[in-house]
Amino acid sequence: MNALHIKDGRVIDPANKVDEKRDVFIVDGKIATSAPQAKVIDATGKIVTPGLVDIHVHLREPGRSDKETIETGTLCAARGGFTSVVCMPNTSPTADNTGTIAYIKQRAAAVAHVNVFPTGAITKELKGEELAPIGSLKKAGVVAITDDGHCVQNNDLMRRAVQYAKMFELPVMDHCQDYTLAADGVANEGYWSLVLGLRGWPAIAEDMIVMRNILLAQDTQWQIHCQHISSANAVNLLREAKKRGVPITAEACPHHFTLTDESLKTYDTNCKMNPPLRTDRDRDAILEGLADGTLDCIASDHAPHCTFEKEVEFDHAPFGILGLETELALSMELVRKKVLSLPDLIAKLTHIPAQIVRLKKGTLSAGSDADVTIIDPERKWTYDVGQSASKSRNSPFHGWQLQGKAVATIVGGKMVWQE
Amino acid sequence: MKTTPWNRKDLLGIQDLSPAEINFILDTATAFKQVGQRTIKKVPSLRGKTMVNLFVEPSTRTRTSFELAAKRLSADVINIDTSASSLVKGETLKDTALNLQALKADIITIRHSAAGAPHFLASRLKASVVNAGDGAHEHPTQALLDAFTIWEKKGKIAGLRVTILGDILYSRVARSNIWLLTKLGAHVTLAGPSTLVPRTFEQLGCRVTHNIDDALDGADVINLLRIQHERQRRSAFPSIGEYTAVFGLNKERFARTKSDALIMHPGPINRGVEIDSEIADCERSVILEQVTNGLAVRMAALFLCAGGA
Repeated sequence: MNALHIKDGRVIDPANKVDEKRDVFIVDGKIATSAPQAKVIDATGKIVTPGLVDIHVHLREPGRSDKETIETGTLCAARGGFTSVVCMPNTSPTADNTGTIAYIKQRAAAVAHVNVFPTGAITKELKGEELAPIGSLKKAGVVAITDDGHCVQNNDLMRRAVQYAKMFELPVMDHCQDYTLAADGVANEGYWSLVLGLRGWPAIAEDMIVMRNILLAQDTQWQIHCQHISSANAVNLLREAKKRGVPITAEACPHHFTLTDESLKTYDTNCKMNPPLRTDRDRDAILEGLADGTLDCIASDHAPHCTFEKEVEFDHAPFGILGLETELALSMELVRKKVLSLPDLIAKLTHIPAQIVRLKKGTLSAGSDADVTIIDPERKWTYDVGQSASKSRNSPFHGWQLQGKAVATIVGGKMVWQE
Repeated sequence: MKTTPWNRKDLLGIQDLSPAEINFILDTATAFKQVGQRTIKKVPSLRGKTMVNLFVEPSTRTRTSFELAAKRLSADVINIDTSASSLVKGETLKDTALNLQALKADIITIRHSAAGAPHFLASRLKASVVNAGDGAHEHPTQALLDAFTIWEKKGKIAGLRVTILGDILYSRVARSNIWLLTKLGAHVTLAGPSTLVPRTFEQLGCRVTHNIDDALDGADVINLLRIQHERQRRSAFPSIGEYTAVFGLNKERFARTKSDALIMHPGPINRGVEIDSEIADCERSVILEQVTNGLAVRMAALFLCAGGA
């Protein structure tokens, strides 16, 4: 019998409305109510939560294992306290076919440090032209469909995709970006893009598709999940739609609630992401959206890129940054800023994202999978991207003084990371 | 020993410069302008130094101006044009830069379509980097030569009313001019179609108007910008013809300007588009003097950055 007894921690299990000092028991990979002769882990002064869930990561395998692999990406997750990650389909080949999904699942079974749940493409090769075999992808094990990195522009095709996905109870995730408005923009259209001479990516390019998705979700009565919301107006549109009961959900990324486009003033390509960093006003709106539940969950959009790819002119650098290792600490800043209570924050990192993609994860209910994260909320540390578990080094948070860290990550009862 | 207010390795933009630094370049340019009026137009200030003209975006006049400026300072000059360069073969800017460093280039003058490319080089190289225009960001020597020309003609910058007319959004010339002129106390008005002159520019201390008559009224200096087809990836106005009709400096509008208003243009001019052909050649036009002053200003910039002092 493989048993653990996590003792004397502050257990925060928002799905069960638990926030109290108690013990957590694990027996044979499941949460139990007791565990005699278990190995004891002293969690005094620590927070014990359901294993964290991130529904937006890029593991780059297959196709770009120079940037990241399922092994290295999931080690980032483990170090960051995440026990389940949902990976995006913009691999090479694209995850628009059952073979690629099978490959990802097989690799994950062999080398992953945490649970990996793949998504499939909405359209073939993410081109926005023809539907991918969504039913077959569901059978192959995808938890959602998305053309992340791209956005289906054809409203008729998107409507059919949502109608079709509903039949399989697959949530549809969308990277909200109108191509005619975003065009070749590389930075938020505003004061800083103007001063720096960078082509603008206006917030309305996101708002337009968020509104489109609200209307489609209402029309189809099926869930659309808006990925990495960056704009204040988008938050307002979502808030209003949710009040009306439209089945729409949304996520926010740590970089969007931490940084603004002022960070671009040194042309640091590690501040180039899609959607772009926006203004103080947008950042404040995202904080409000997180606080009132308009933005359901937090996700990293972990997007590794090689140094040689990022070490180029700003215009030519790829979009995206690493996220899994800094996500928890940057999110805990929201508690210190009194944006969220600690239990509300943990909910946005556990059972809420799990519910969005219908995973039976994110709780410490007896009998559930023993995915547990132990967090030291006081722990001060400095992020050294040179020591990252990722194969890439593209983080704007290198050298940042952070507070709060996962000190133990348990997946299915097995300790996969501990310090 | 006189302390100079210049201790920069690079000239990347006007935004970071203090008024004292700007004035120091202009003073230095005054001295160098005299060199160009001599029979032997050459001084030994940069003898033994190598300047690389790295032009990753096509330009004839700026490249020629930098080349001549460097030669008048006795520097050796190499020109790398985009068509011939390995950059089109897939070499990164970083590798190109490291190769230039290995060749012991002392000064790199860079023109690049990507904003921030000069900063990218400057932070990685020991060589001095002079920005010869980066995307829609800055073109510092253009703003300096414009200011030098205004200063020669008007005897001052502070208090003057300067109107910049045209495609402001995609213009590095406009941005550098805005920084420079506002730092030295001029009143800057920006004018042009609303799609090319967003109100956001007001945050830089400018007045924005979309009315040509309002823009020209009382201006001491009228700086016309070229309509940049290559940077307007999307159509910002219906046609060149409509632009000319609504914003072109024609004779009727010219007649209403102040009688001593200077007409400037960074070139190359589109005759009959942003400016009536005859106005471009009129006695108040200082377009060719800008070109001459460009040499003096670039000599000053190269001399100061490359440690001539």
